[in-house]
Amino acid sequence: MDDAEVPQEDNVIFKGLRKAVYARGVDGKVRPVPSTGWQVEEIVTRQALDLLATQAEEARQRALRGEASPLEFHMCCARMDLALLSQCTGIWQWRVRRHFRPEVFAKLSDQVLGRYSEATGVPVEKLRNVEP
Amino acid sequence: MMTFQHRHASHCESGVMAALVTHAGLPLSEPMAFGLASALSFAYIPLVKVGGFPLVAYRALPHAITKGLRGALSLRMAVETFRSVGQGAARLDALVAQGQLVALQTSAFWLPYFPEDLRFHFNVHNLIVFGREGDDFLISDPVFEETVRCPKADLTKARFAKGLMAPKGRIYYTQSAVQAPHWEKIIPAAIRKTCRTMLAPVFFAGVKGIRSLARAIEKLDAEQAPRFLGHMVRMQEEIGTGGGGFRFIYAAFLQEAAQLLQLPILETKADELVTIGDEWREIALAAAMMIRGRQPMEPKRIATLLRAQADREEAFFRSLRALV
Repeated sequence: MDDAEVPQEDNVIFKGLRKAVYARGVDGKVRPVPSTGWQVEEIVTRQALDLLATQAEEARQRALRGEASPLEFHMCCARMDLALLSQCTGIWQWRVRRHFRPEVFAKLSDQVLGRYSEATGVPVEKLRNVEP
Repeated sequence: MMTFQHRHASHCESGVMAALVTHAGLPLSEPMAFGLASALSFAYIPLVKVGGFPLVAYRALPHAITKGLRGALSLRMAVETFRSVGQGAARLDALVAQGQLVALQTSAFWLPYFPEDLRFHFNVHNLIVFGREGDDFLISDPVFEETVRCPKADLTKARFAKGLMAPKGRIYYTQSAVQAPHWEKIIPAAIRKTCRTMLAPVFFAGVKGIRSLARAIEKLDAEQAPRFLGHMVRMQEEIGTGGGGFRFIYAAFLQEAAQLLQLPILETKADELVTIGDEWREIALAAAMMIRGRQPMEPKRIATLLRAQADREEAFFRSLRALV
């Protein structure tokens, strides 16, 4: 990739940030050049974000229908999966999965909710419902 | 306040190590830090899952650059991790108060200065703390153009994130001035090590790893293919790679090596590697067009491109090995 070919395609995900990519200048030397982004990178990052958003929305709908607790929704919003939430809270996966059941979740102590709050960055009172 | 020069880098670990070593008295470019640590690689490890997908990496494992440079430059470096959050935070406070330049391992997810949509649970993001103003740490994050600030509470959270490769508050810093090394000894050794990795006789690494990845992609069905390909392209082109799966940054290293070793043939190899990097970007572009639906989804076509790429890299690293 030569200097002139470095994409400057304003990746909206960067929010104005520029990243350094290495490219060959007219003198033949390869050096870092700031880039505003490449559509290819934006497509694949957006794909990953869309997937997370879809999962969160599905979890929200399940919670609204009373089929799941809000915990699953907040886990998705924090871009976590079951394995990561389990590791971050020190609560076994089967227990976390149980806490996805609304009737079990309703009875959780403040102490356990506090661990979920710490891991997801969502305050305890917000964990109880699905408002983002 | 210390005099510290922030430099924009393409990859966090090589950027941090280049800055630490430069600050300790030996001017070192990011490509030189990357190349000397033999950080160029390829790995496809089906058993290790990243976000639900097999690990695909175009570089050595996290910490390899730190370890590689410690050996190559005989750095005196302290590395500390902490069991308790309180102790870890206090230790950083104390070192910064002493005027020490400190590098940290953090989780990108908890760093407030990251754009919202780039905040993933990535636990091996490296950055440098070069000072403090009130409750804010002054940070040189190599992947950012300018220095940034981060409140102590957020930085502590980022340092003690849990999960895969949890940082455990890891900090590292140089402990003495760095002397100029014997370039004519350590550069060829580093190049040989990279060639060895790329030509390793195992299915999951180097050019054989690329072929294994091609086989896996060939077998994907229409439902799995877009997400798998997206994952591969993210590992290759997302922020932190310098583009072309680190091949361009290694080309810059070969150019510097050609100068230091008086070995002009390495300039030619650098140009070849730039071409190889361009081919990686062509693969990424083809995959992205398929993901977006602008081209029909044909995993087999990507597999064919990957095999051609494996052949190219095999020839390249064989001839490079013969030169040093």
